[in-house]
Amino acid sequence: MELLKEREEQVHRTGDHPFTLTCNKDSLAGAVSQRACVFCGSRVVLYPIADALHLVHGPIGCAVYTWDIRGALSSGPELHRLSFSTDLQEIDVIFGGEKKLTNALHELIERHNPKAAFVYSTCIVGIIGDDLEAVCRQVEKEVNIPVIPVKSEGFKGNKRAGYTAACTAMARLIGTGDTSGISKYSLNILGDFNLAGEIWIIREYFERMGVEVVANITGDGRIADIQRAHGAALNVVQCSGSTMDLARLMEDEYGIPSMQVSYFGVEDMAQALYDIAEHFGDPDILERTRELVREELEVLLPKLEFYKKALTGKKAAIYVGGSFKAFSLVKAFRLLGVDVLMVGSQTGTKKEYEELAAITDPGTIIVDDTNPLELTSFLEEKPVDIFVGGVKERPIAYKLGVGFCDHNHERKEILAGFVGMLNFAEEVYSSVMSPVWRFTCQKQED
Amino acid sequence: MSKKAPNYISTTNACKLCTPLGASIAFKGIEGAVPYLHGSQGCATYMRRYIISHYNEPIDIASSSLSEKHAVYGGGANLKLGLINVTKKYHPRIIGIATTCLTETIGDDVQMFLRQFDQEVEGEKPIMVHVGTPSYSGSHMEGFHDAVTSVVDTLAGVNEDNSKKKKVNILPGFVSPADIRYLREIAEDYSLDATILPDISDTLDGQAAKTYEKIQPGGTPITEIKSMGSRLASIEFGHTMGERSGGTILAEKFGVPNKRILHPMGISATDKFLDHLSMVSGQKMPEKHKGERGRLVDSYVDGHKYIYGKKAIVYGEEDLVVGLTGLLAEIGVMPVLCASGGKSGLLAEKITEATDGNLPEQPQIHEGMDFYDISELAEALAPDLLVGHSKGYGLARKLNIPLIRVGFPIHDRMGGQRILHLGYRGTQQLFDQIVNACIAEKQGDSPIGYSYM
Repeated sequence: MELLKEREEQVHRTGDHPFTLTCNKDSLAGAVSQRACVFCGSRVVLYPIADALHLVHGPIGCAVYTWDIRGALSSGPELHRLSFSTDLQEIDVIFGGEKKLTNALHELIERHNPKAAFVYSTCIVGIIGDDLEAVCRQVEKEVNIPVIPVKSEGFKGNKRAGYTAACTAMARLIGTGDTSGISKYSLNILGDFNLAGEIWIIREYFERMGVEVVANITGDGRIADIQRAHGAALNVVQCSGSTMDLARLMEDEYGIPSMQVSYFGVEDMAQALYDIAEHFGDPDILERTRELVREELEVLLPKLEFYKKALTGKKAAIYVGGSFKAFSLVKAFRLLGVDVLMVGSQTGTKKEYEELAAITDPGTIIVDDTNPLELTSFLEEKPVDIFVGGVKERPIAYKLGVGFCDHNHERKEILAGFVGMLNFAEEVYSSVMSPVWRFTCQKQED
Repeated sequence: MSKKAPNYISTTNACKLCTPLGASIAFKGIEGAVPYLHGSQGCATYMRRYIISHYNEPIDIASSSLSEKHAVYGGGANLKLGLINVTKKYHPRIIGIATTCLTETIGDDVQMFLRQFDQEVEGEKPIMVHVGTPSYSGSHMEGFHDAVTSVVDTLAGVNEDNSKKKKVNILPGFVSPADIRYLREIAEDYSLDATILPDISDTLDGQAAKTYEKIQPGGTPITEIKSMGSRLASIEFGHTMGERSGGTILAEKFGVPNKRILHPMGISATDKFLDHLSMVSGQKMPEKHKGERGRLVDSYVDGHKYIYGKKAIVYGEEDLVVGLTGLLAEIGVMPVLCASGGKSGLLAEKITEATDGNLPEQPQIHEGMDFYDISELAEALAPDLLVGHSKGYGLARKLNIPLIRVGFPIHDRMGGQRILHLGYRGTQQLFDQIVNACIAEKQGDSPIGYSYM
């Protein structure tokens, strides 16, 4: 299939020289991008903060399509699972929505007693000119909790701009809490959203290493923890796209160093723990980390053998939100003997795509901000056995007679940590090996 | 009768969706159509995800992907670029363009852009149908009905043909693909050739195909829409869509008599629908349907004791709530609360009509409700079951009562697209499900573990 001219520069094939790939640009009109908007970027990052009120200021759609949308679990309050909206009506659009917003904030704060409130602006708020900053400041004075505007008007950039808006919003909280008693071996977890309870696995690893976790940002997140996050000695950042801005900001403001990690796949998981241990330089921590990795691998590797044997030689395609996760997936597939023929993301950076080109086999298709018809044509050109993506990619895979693994925010399976690698292998195996594919037309002889 | 509804400023867990979503689904039911949202990128993507999770089908909705400069200077250029790109890639027969709150508020004149597009772009172009769907006005049902109205208004005409079969229009509203397949079967049984608009029976419940279809096959054929003005009659389901609708336009412009009826749910409402088909077709009820009706009555008798007096909360789109309440009333289940996020102002009146004196006590009936309101009222009402879409699951879980899943969306079960709601057959399925849910409750709560009921 021919690409639309404007899209040509967003597709690269590993091995082609020089490396050229354009990214981080606005989605092309009419291309049916798989991306959402600025609001989506902010909403997914802040969503898991479980004791905050998340009020969407706008017409009903933006709130209702993000109601209980993520598998982000909480060990305590579950305020984040409710969908709050000012549900703007025509009259509010004409006369302004500030009064309704003020009243809605008071009503909801009184009802739910949250530790803070985030107020998301949507497209229309940017147009009618409601002064969110002023409303939030005023309400904050009256209710004595932080009331924070999130500047997430949908049209003001792409999803990445939403990540930045979320980080800016969280930055207002950081530095306002008491940091006494925090260990010198301490860190914040950035960019894990506790899907299916993943952050609990990661926290347990850190506990076994003897490293204190100050704040989860944002999986199973709490306002008070974020407020004292500046007391941590290190920021470990996963999902680099969404929270790297916050890490940078904390480095500038509080001198907290950061490192990029990934908890997906055996190699990257172990590497993350070793990097952290080495950062602290404490021999006991390092020893405990070695012990931890050894123990985990002793259990995991023999179990993985079965899947490796079954899956070796199978082929995979990957399309995810951020391309940092894609590295780990490429490596995880390699461990299972699966070849990756296509890999792409909604919001990757040029550097990330370059690295993807470096670690993938020649001929691999690398794509930024793609769409259903492109995905279809790539998969027709390079047939695969398994597609890793999110809900919007699932029907594409299924209609092509290809297995599917959900690696997006709605999933209910733990895919992070050492146990996550096993679950990943199991999930890939159970889709690829299902007997149903023999009935799909693509697999039938004429 | 109706007590006072809760009256909060904020909305929590809405019981409605936004207007462009309804328009997108309606457009998906037209042959060769691509829905297109004139707005920022997120709207299309969020709605695609929401709709996919129900139908498990590819749902490609294009967007003009407006950015900040377009919001300031107008979205015309991006709209046209988007239409060109969609045409190039999808080769659609028709593009259904719905606006969003962004483009409605910045005042984009889509009709003017489309006229310009027609002049500026050479070659064969798809048909463009435009519907204004500001999401601050109405719910997804207004979007759905307005899209259907626009399609009829733009395309319908008079086109004589020589076929001997009697032809009718059926405008079923927002029902399931399974419902539409069944409606077609019923019409055929009455020897009627029905143009069903929209027809999502194949487009949103497709087959495993040999090759990937850019636009899923099926949908109401455009040639048929163009002939809707020549039909013998139109039948329109539902009463809450306002005066101007596909059916009323066909009546005004072409003199096609329009009959608005309640959704045929339950025996009484289905009887009325089939009586009307008899009248239009000049045929008596076919034996097959007499059989379905007879078996349904028989099962009502067999099952009545398990459900009599059970209290139900019904929620969702207004017309669906009306239909379901009518069904529940005729089987002895007591609706205690009928709630909708919609605000037609007609819900109570139509429920009274649908229940037709079958209820010893009137339920509370409230429009403009969200799930916080419903949940608050539910505490005092102590219902035995919920009837509605899957977003009521949280409430059902809290109250520890069964949820009978109907309508849209069904995000937590397989097969939402195959739920049959209409006619004797749909009623049969819902009835069995309701009775069995009540039996299962009793069985589960019993310390004995009855194996006969």
